[in-house]
Amino acid sequence: MIRPIFTLLFLLTGFSLAQAQTDAIAQRRAIMKGVGQANADVGKIAKGEAPFDLAKVKALLSASQEASAKMPGLFPDNSKTGDTAALPKVWQTKADFDARWKKLGEDAAALQIAITDQASFKAKMSDFGKNCGGCHEGYRQKN
Amino acid sequence: MRMVKWSAAFVLVIAIGLAAFVLITAPRALSDQRLTVLKTPGNAQRGEGIFNAGGCASCHATPEQEDRTVLGGGLELASAFGTFVVPNISSHPQDGIGLWQARDLANAMLEGVSPRSEHYYPAFPYAAYTHAKIEDIADLMAYLRTLPAVEGKTVSHRLSFPFNIRVLIGGWKFLFFNRTPVQDDPTHSAQWNRGRYLVEALGHCAECHSPRNALGGIIAAQRFAGGPDPEGKGWVPNLTQHEKGLKDWSIADIEDVLASGSTPEGDYVGGSMAKVVRNSAQLSKEDREAMADYIKSLAPIEGPVRPPRPAF
Ligand code: HEC
Ligand code: HEC
Ligand code: HEC
Repeated sequence: MIRPIFTLLFLLTGFSLAQAQTDAIAQRRAIMKGVGQANADVGKIAKGEAPFDLAKVKALLSASQEASAKMPGLFPDNSKTGDTAALPKVWQTKADFDARWKKLGEDAAALQIAITDQASFKAKMSDFGKNCGGCHEGYRQKN
Repeated sequence: MRMVKWSAAFVLVIAIGLAAFVLITAPRALSDQRLTVLKTPGNAQRGEGIFNAGGCASCHATPEQEDRTVLGGGLELASAFGTFVVPNISSHPQDGIGLWQARDLANAMLEGVSPRSEHYYPAFPYAAYTHAKIEDIADLMAYLRTLPAVEGKTVSHRLSFPFNIRVLIGGWKFLFFNRTPVQDDPTHSAQWNRGRYLVEALGHCAECHSPRNALGGIIAAQRFAGGPDPEGKGWVPNLTQHEKGLKDWSIADIEDVLASGSTPEGDYVGGSMAKVVRNSAQLSKEDREAMADYIKSLAPIEGPVRPPRPAF
């Protein structure tokens, strides 16, 4: 009697561990996808393919602030492999990685105040993307 | 007795074969005639543009620091044959290439041959640079001379046998090294031709964006169609007009990714492509547009099949 129970418990813990790991990957990818979509809208505005829309700019900044708060906690040690494009460097220099999230949030917060219209958008937005590209350079490689 | 005769014949055949191999594949330097252009000193300012278009800093800049002109080398490039350690090409006289003449750089970039008349490994992308104009190399040399001297020789490559034998690179060159110059194609615009020169001769985009065979040669029929990352992890995307490639990207989208790294999906390129963008961001917008124009003209080719991603 005791054996099947053990087996069951064993299977359950094993399953939930695997679950936690795929959850972290799925969650962080979903957050980044959301930021990406918001950024695609803003990219169209920057390229002149879409009219200026302050709400869309704010949506990107808010999504970035949310990512800044949640992302550092979504890279547990057991989520290094799987359906993820995160590079091993995330876990090797985690302090630098986390500092980049912090900076993304701070820059987004500052721009929430600074950007009020098209002129301030044009003047202030261009460097924001360096946060994204700079982090992807060391920590992300598409697979 | 018969055994001895046979083995003697065998040794002879091998010896003749080896001699022929060495003769056919011997490193050959540029002819003096081609080198005459290099008599006039290059223009360092133009050379900076060649340096950016050629992406030299991606490999030669000292890792873990931001300055793209500190060319101390030391970056390790993993490959199926072992690890290459990128050399110091700063103006340091002993540890770098401070004593080099323009002809040495021309031989290195156009022929893949060192001042000591040895073959270079094609991890140094001279298979692309060979198409560069020799005047551009003179300008590049003039620019490299203005950059700081960085002390410290880099360690040797760590390659497995037999890839650690440089003479064998001659065989690779014999099979895959195509020196045919990129000539302007009058059926296309000046912008497209400029773009082709920047992409093919300097930007060496196909070196990463093409699948390779077991000997490390690019599979010609699938040039630019993407493939597994030669450095191990990941997949390099298809740049042709195939639906799995850049069919949905406009010329402006391609120009934008080369300027800022941002893609039309709102993503930012990562990994080795982010380093490429650091270089292309320094080019003029016209040059990036020319490159985009050429890339947008690549006929659709289906790339190798991407393996399924692991579930976890
Ligand atoms: C501090 C590091 C960091 C910053 C800053 C960052 N990213 Fe990312 N991003 C990552 C990592 C790591 C991944 C890979 C996640 C994975 O696959 O597990 C990623 C993945 C993505 C993806 C792909 C999501 C998917 O799986 O489909 C998009 C799109 C993206 N990021 C957009 C952005 C944008 C836009 C910004 C700036 C507003 C940004 N990122 C800022 C680290 C960062
Ligand atoms: C993809 C990485 C890569 C890029 C890009 C690259 N190189 Fe190199 N380079 C190498 C490697 C690896 C070697 C060593 C080759 C060998 O040992 O056979 C090398 C060797 C050299 C050498 C010979 C150094 C010596 O001590 O003999 C010179 C000179 C050089 N590169 C110049 C350049 C210039 C100029 C550019 C840009 C136009 C450039 N390289 C771009 C990887 C690269
Ligand atoms: C050192 C290797 C390397 C070189 C050289 C290189 N690329 Fe890339 N490229 C990549 C990788 C890897 C990616 C995937 C980036 C990522 O993870 O987001 C990529 C992505 C791209 C993309 C985005 C495609 C997509 O579907 O998202 C474009 C466009 C591109 N490269 C164009 C170029 C051009 C043009 C050149 C020449 C100037 C070039 N690349 C040179 C490795 C390289």
